[in-house]
Amino acid sequence: MVLSALRNLRGVRTAAPVVRAADGDVLLAADGLTKSYAGADRELPVLTGIDLTVRAGEVVALLGKSGSGKSTLLRCLAGLIPPSSGTVSYRGTPLTGANPGTAMVFQTFALLPWLTVQQNVELGLEARGVPADKRAEAALQAIDLIGLDGFESAYPKELSGGMRQRVGFARALVVEPDVLMMDEPFSALDVLTAENLRGELMELWESGQFPTRAVVLVTHNIEEAVLMADRIVVLGSRPGTIRETFEVALERPRDRDSAAFEDLIDRVYRTMTGRTKETRTPGRAEAAEPERRTHANTPLPTASVDGLSGLAEIVDHRGGRCDLADLADDLGLEIDDVLPLVDALDLLGLASMSEDDLVLTGRGTAFADADVQRSKQIFAEAALEVPLVRLITTSLRQNPGRTLRAGFFRDLLAHHYTSEQVDQQLETATDWGRYAELYAYDADPQEYRLDAAAAGIED
Amino acid sequence: MSSFRRSSAVARTALPPRVAGRLTRTTWVDLVVAAGVLVLFYITLRVGQGTTVRFSTGQSVVIDTDPSRLPYDAARSLLRMFVALAASIVFTLGYATAAARSRRLERILIPALDILQSVPVLGFLTVAVTGFIALFPGSLLGLECASIFAIFTSQAWNMTFGFYHSLTSLPRELDELSRSFRFTRWMRFWKVELPAGAIGLVWNGMMSFGGGWFFLVASEAISVNNRNYALPGVGSYAGAAIAAGDLGKVGWAIVTMAVMVIGVNFLFWRPLTAWVEKFKNEQSEAGEIQRSYVLDLLRRSSWPRLLGRLLRPVGRGLGRAGRVLGVDDRPLTVDPRQQRTGDIAFAVVAGGLILWGLLDLVGYLRARTGLGVFGEPLLLGLATLARVVVVVVGATAVWVPIGVRIGFSPKLTRIAQPLVQILASFPANFLFPLAVWFFLKTGLSINIGGVLLMALGAQWYILFNTIAGAMSIPTDLREAMDDLGVRGWQRWKRLILPGIFPSYVTGGITASGGAWNASIVSEIVPFGATTLTATGLGAYISHATADGDFPHLIAGVAVMSLYVVGLNRLFWRRLHRIAETRCAI
Repeated sequence: MVLSALRNLRGVRTAAPVVRAADGDVLLAADGLTKSYAGADRELPVLTGIDLTVRAGEVVALLGKSGSGKSTLLRCLAGLIPPSSGTVSYRGTPLTGANPGTAMVFQTFALLPWLTVQQNVELGLEARGVPADKRAEAALQAIDLIGLDGFESAYPKELSGGMRQRVGFARALVVEPDVLMMDEPFSALDVLTAENLRGELMELWESGQFPTRAVVLVTHNIEEAVLMADRIVVLGSRPGTIRETFEVALERPRDRDSAAFEDLIDRVYRTMTGRTKETRTPGRAEAAEPERRTHANTPLPTASVDGLSGLAEIVDHRGGRCDLADLADDLGLEIDDVLPLVDALDLLGLASMSEDDLVLTGRGTAFADADVQRSKQIFAEAALEVPLVRLITTSLRQNPGRTLRAGFFRDLLAHHYTSEQVDQQLETATDWGRYAELYAYDADPQEYRLDAAAAGIED
Repeated sequence: MSSFRRSSAVARTALPPRVAGRLTRTTWVDLVVAAGVLVLFYITLRVGQGTTVRFSTGQSVVIDTDPSRLPYDAARSLLRMFVALAASIVFTLGYATAAARSRRLERILIPALDILQSVPVLGFLTVAVTGFIALFPGSLLGLECASIFAIFTSQAWNMTFGFYHSLTSLPRELDELSRSFRFTRWMRFWKVELPAGAIGLVWNGMMSFGGGWFFLVASEAISVNNRNYALPGVGSYAGAAIAAGDLGKVGWAIVTMAVMVIGVNFLFWRPLTAWVEKFKNEQSEAGEIQRSYVLDLLRRSSWPRLLGRLLRPVGRGLGRAGRVLGVDDRPLTVDPRQQRTGDIAFAVVAGGLILWGLLDLVGYLRARTGLGVFGEPLLLGLATLARVVVVVVGATAVWVPIGVRIGFSPKLTRIAQPLVQILASFPANFLFPLAVWFFLKTGLSINIGGVLLMALGAQWYILFNTIAGAMSIPTDLREAMDDLGVRGWQRWKRLILPGIFPSYVTGGITASGGAWNASIVSEIVPFGATTLTATGLGAYISHATADGDFPHLIAGVAVMSLYVVGLNRLFWRRLHRIAETRCAI
């Protein structure tokens, strides 16, 4: 039934007929693409040196931690934001505006709540000037194809999350774009719904009559990437570069329990955590030479004290060492949730990565075992080795008034971070410094204060 | 065979009996609605005819104060209000869209709007009357336009700011949706931006419309250039009754006014605010829903569907015609040099025009009165400023405790909120004669009484917003305070005052702006043969208006705008920032 509906959908010619690309034809190409945003005194890069091609017949996953610029890259490919340098071309023609050969599926669905399901699906056709009866026909078939039959006249707010994203898919597929762009399309859905939708989508793709010729998928979910993609492009952070590319040769439908599948997941995981042999050395080694770490080259991860001590305690309960992938799986956490905490423990010298395992250091074990007051002391020692926290503390000590405006540190950081990143850096530094009772922060005058009594106020 | 075909076939067989059932059940509703529309058309046509009556500037209009004329006068006033509303909406859509689309225009249009908002509305009136009478010589239409323009200036700025804000804060994914799917510019406006801003537009429109009644009353009967102008309307009716010193007829006018304010609210704004809920940009069903009996009645009739079917081709036609506006796309590459050149050219032209106008103005003032003309209004402004401060402080002291009491009790809120909304809409200048009568009886000086007159209209904004603020304090916070035994002053300091502060600041800004505006009519009040005049900037502007003394009028209006802007920048904006950073719940 699905297949016949598919044939119907393909039968409705909506746009000016375009030559259907043969497998392997280059559809999208990014060439030396960089993207940067204005900083205090120079441009701060978010993406650098990206060379990427998307060919007909393949599913490409862009995988990376938050802040790796994967969504930015997707929007550059879609022609929604301009690259700072380099080019993006579609079928060999450099883009000058929105990419005519792509259609986007959004993480937040981006449905117009005042239009019915059918009206939402028709939007792209209406934009192309397709007559009303033709577009209704095409929309109803796309709705049918994507399993939304019976919901045509419903409004988005009446639908569950999964059904809403189906509308998002139908809306994109009905315009038959060459490349379907998916920006974390399943991450706002619950696990079961996401699994179901992924499965149905790949079934359609495999049937060979999918209305689009290629898919670019942005995700931070390694398993999702391995399940769906033919090629996984792992992006590194600060600035975003292509760290590694994995070809996925596994047969579809892919078997999660197969050794090859698990092996690939482990390899990708290792690349993502940035602790493969060719990348940087473990954090402890760096901590031994604190003068080489500065607030510029060592950003604080977005990790709360509660989160990182929680993780330390769990590892401690498991004997001070456990496999990170298994841990995340057991706790039902996404990699995006766990990695900042791992980075934070590493930076503080409380734990380090060894192979695939997260291992507590001696200080880490003491931190996890101690009572509140003792753990605060250990944390304070550790935090003083973190460049930004050290910078704030020593600056305050040297200042006769023992206070400094947040603007002072903001200006220092602005040389190396975008204003959003500066906010995030200071937020984390404030959280850590407060917990460590190194300094207090008054939100009203926006002032850091070195004060032993600070603890009393913050309770 | 696709399942779609099957399901539609099922739907088709089920259709006829349902439709038949609907028809018999709702015929009377349809008839009522149809008759209502017909009557509305008839009244508009009849009333509209009167606006083109011939008149020459030499003749002064005599207003008939026979109470049986009141319905017609009321209809004329109402027509004025709605024409002004329509003009405000057109202006809002155009101005806000231009400001949001063009980076260069934005830099001029938005500060200009900020200034326009601070200019006393009645200051526009003299200019408008003179200009429009010249535009339509020998017809009442000129005066009519001037009155509409005054109401327009009281509504448009606020609505424009609101819509501009909704345009610039459009969710990022909706912008990307529009560009990624290559919407036409018309589609972006019609399907995305207008619906996304609809709720704000309607609520702002309702609030501004409420404020507009005041200026309707003030602008229907006015003396400009040593000549008295009057248009048939409730305001001028009341004016004539006041001039005759007939309190009974003033009473009739007040009743008519009350009926109009409540009627428009019930028949127009309530249904509209309930209907516009469908444009809420949230993905779940709302907890609290706006209800309207009128809208329910309309929805039960089959007119909306019929109308929808009739309008669909129009919508399609608009969509097709809108294609000429092009596709919503932004070029990815801009030549920075070309852009810089354009920026400079734009700045030079705009700056040059403004400079030229300023020089011309200074030359004009020099020739007529000298630049010392600003001295007197600056001093008088202090007197009016003192009154405004007393109004805001007094209204705060009286209404904040009462508002909190009301806001904490759901039962009281249900009764009080619509009531206060109507009180805020009711034009306070209508009650002036009663107050003046009271002043004359008791011998109270207008210098002090003026404060009361200004407060008559302005105070309600503080009460209204305090109620809203108190309602927004979460119940669990109040329960926690009860649990901890936090009472009395400590409770006010720790929970209530910070909780209502953001809303209060909004109310305070509106009240203070309203008080400045009201000063022009509150500091100089005629009643029968006597006219009470207070010392202040408002009276100064009123005098200059009546005498047609343009240099003094310009100076007065400019200085009052300066005071309003100054007060907003130095005081209210700071409070607003504190409210946003510290007191947001």
